[in-house]
Amino acid sequence: MENFERRFLLHVPSSTENLSLIRDFVANIGKQAGLAETELSMVELAVDEACANVIEHAYGLDQTKEVIVRARLDGDAITIEVVDTGKGWDPGSIEQKELKRLVEERRSGGLGMRMMKLVMDEVEYKIKPGEHNELRMTKKLKKD
Amino acid sequence: MANSFSVTASEQDGIAVLTLEGFLDAHTAPQFEEAIQKEINAGRKQIVIHCEKLTYISSAGLGVFMSFIEEIRDAGGDIKISGVIPKVLQVFEILGFQSLFDIVGNVPEAVARFQQG
Repeated sequence: MENFERRFLLHVPSSTENLSLIRDFVANIGKQAGLAETELSMVELAVDEACANVIEHAYGLDQTKEVIVRARLDGDAITIEVVDTGKGWDPGSIEQKELKRLVEERRSGGLGMRMMKLVMDEVEYKIKPGEHNELRMTKKLKKD
Repeated sequence: MANSFSVTASEQDGIAVLTLEGFLDAHTAPQFEEAIQKEINAGRKQIVIHCEKLTYISSAGLGVFMSFIEEIRDAGGDIKISGVIPKVLQVFEILGFQSLFDIVGNVPEAVARFQQG
C-alpha cells in the first residue's frame, strides 16, 4: 500500500440492523489496506463487537442516537475508532473470567471486549459518560 | 442482503437439528435464541446446530450457545455443533469454544455421537 494517510468516516443510526453496513465499510477499507482475508475478518469482527456494545449498552437500543466509526490507514496500520455519547462503562468492571466459569454462571457478557483484545494489536478507550466515549483499535499491517 | 440469517428446524433419528444460514450477529442472535428455546420448550434436549451455511458469527451468536448449554446439560442433554466453515471455526477457537462444545464434521456424525451416549 502507498505510504500516505487516508481517513474514512461513517455515521449510522444506533441500530443492530446497521451492523452489516458497518462491517462492509470496514471490509472495504481493509481491502484497500491490503489485509489478508483472515486478518480482514478479524478487524471486521472487532469493529462489529465494539459497535454492538455501543448500540446495545451505551445507547440501550435507542435508534435516535448515532454511532460514529472513524478509520485511518497509513503505511503501518489500520486504526479504527468507535465513538458514542452514551452512558459509558467502567473498563475495570469487565472481568476476564474463564469461559468455563462464564458458562457455569450462565453469563455471556464481556465476550465482545474479550474478542476485540484477542484479535487486534491494540485496544484503548477513553470514557466520559454521556459526553464522549471512544474506543480505539489498531491492527498493524504486515510488511513483506 | 448482507445481514440475512435463517434457522431451519428439522429432525434426524429423533434428534433436533437446527440449520443456521447467513450472518449471526447482535441483530440476528435473538432469532437463534428463540429457535433453541422452542426446542427446549418442546422437551428436546439433544440438539445439533448445523453451521455449514453459517458465514459469519460474532460474540452475540456465541453467547446464545453459552447461555443454553448449562441448562441443557443439567437436563442430561447436549448441544453438538456440526459443519462449521473455517472462517467461523476460527472465531469459535479464538474464544476456546472447542474445549466446551463437541464440534464435528456433519449432522450424521453429530447424531451418531448422541446415539453412542
